[in-house]
Amino acid sequence: MSMARIFFEQTGAILWKDIRYELRSKQTWLGMGLFALLILVVFNFTFDLRVDNKAAVAPGALWVAFIFASLLGLGRTIAAEREHGSMDRLLLCPVDRKAIYLAKLLGNLLFIGVVEVVALPVFAALFNVPLLVGGLIPIVLLGTIGIAIVGTLFSAMAAATQARELLLPILVFPLIVPIVISAVRASESLLAPSVNEPPWLSLMIAFDIIFLSISMLTFQYVIEE
Amino acid sequence: MNHQYATWGKIYASGAGQARGPLPAPTNPLVDAREIKNAGPECRGKGIGGEDAGALRLPDRSRSPNLPNHVPNSTIIEIRNLKKSYGLKPVLRGVELALRQGERMALLGANGAGKTTLLRILAGLTKPDAGTVTVAGLDCVQDAQQIRRLVGFVGHQPYLYEELTALENLLFFGRMYTVKHTRERALDLLQRVGLEKRVQERVSTLSRGQVQRLAWARALLHSPHLLLLDEPDTGLDQDGNELIDALLSEHSAQGGSIVFTTHQLERALQLSDQIVVLGNRRVAYQRETQSLDLAELQQACREAGR
Repeated sequence: MSMARIFFEQTGAILWKDIRYELRSKQTWLGMGLFALLILVVFNFTFDLRVDNKAAVAPGALWVAFIFASLLGLGRTIAAEREHGSMDRLLLCPVDRKAIYLAKLLGNLLFIGVVEVVALPVFAALFNVPLLVGGLIPIVLLGTIGIAIVGTLFSAMAAATQARELLLPILVFPLIVPIVISAVRASESLLAPSVNEPPWLSLMIAFDIIFLSISMLTFQYVIEE
Repeated sequence: MNHQYATWGKIYASGAGQARGPLPAPTNPLVDAREIKNAGPECRGKGIGGEDAGALRLPDRSRSPNLPNHVPNSTIIEIRNLKKSYGLKPVLRGVELALRQGERMALLGANGAGKTTLLRILAGLTKPDAGTVTVAGLDCVQDAQQIRRLVGFVGHQPYLYEELTALENLLFFGRMYTVKHTRERALDLLQRVGLEKRVQERVSTLSRGQVQRLAWARALLHSPHLLLLDEPDTGLDQDGNELIDALLSEHSAQGGSIVFTTHQLERALQLSDQIVVLGNRRVAYQRETQSLDLAELQQACREAGR
């Protein structure tokens, strides 16, 4: 069996296990989804939305909801394994640590993605924003990938500490500032197009590639003792 | 043990050992390890994972059907001047140990003596601060990924996925170890540990003893050459203990080696070929079990604990 095939089979096995575990325990998805919806509703009631300020408020509300909901899920990914001691058992297996990272990343993307699929129509309805106009989907996709890439790496780091819930946002927020700014501004430019906008999508792609490379290379040192 | 080496050596050399016995015989770690080490870079874990690739390309056994499966008196574990500290607290200071293939070693010592740390280092979970530790000729730091294929681990905590069923747990770990015919192997092992009626039940619904039995099945899933057991009888009833005794006997009879920790001196005497007592952060006492009685062992443990 080729190395690449074993790598992807092991990645698939860990992903399958995480999905099945989450479907049965329902610990993360429900919390993330409800939290995202709550933020959107609160923002909707807090701001007096008019046509002239909608472009400034709506993207911020959307990304605040996504980021905080994501962090709820990201914090659980590896912390749950650490709490049960099963991370040690996983590390005892002859599995490439990059496969573990990739599986956890894909799992996080899936969990966050499901929450976003639920939250986006609610966002569109509450803020009266056309959902598919001008490519909101690619922006959400690239932004989510960036948050998940950084979040998965640092959730492994934070999971080894006592104050993991506190530490994860402190570690992740400063690093995802570029992707958050890009995502918010790109979303804003969809609602209120302006000339001379920087290439936000390109910036997001570059961010994702750079941090994915760094995370794949460093995950082994983060996860092992 | 020498008569046992000779007997099983002949059986394995004749190629009959693999097909017999309730558990599949482990392939020879020493031959594997040396083949891998001498095979050059093309056989080592390069690919996607680089040096530590999860998938080690093992020699193609089908091309060498007469490969002996048992090398009598070869050393499977060699530990020299091992030192390990957690922060400023030293746990192991200059531990020296060796274990021959097919032997069973009982690690004794008071709580905090460093037994679990020693097992974790052997399993490649914890890195030593100083000294050398080799398993089947492989360095536990440089070749940790290869060593993981050779080692089965049972802890006093089972560390299974509670929301998955017994079978799903084994299937998952089978894929991690790239075990062939995983389902059949998993079902065989579940039957062997007495869980054939609990196959589709979630781990969270099993009793403590049943979960520990499942942990045993997982540890044996990839036919490891070396079993590392950290108080493996935790939570087991009399039947469970008898099952463990049988599994240990089968494993060592097939040429597998075992290192286990326990606080039960009688069981240590009963199940091991040599006994090592850790005390004062190093090996305080070491004897062959044949020439040892319970009173002497109790005395040794008391002195080591001072």
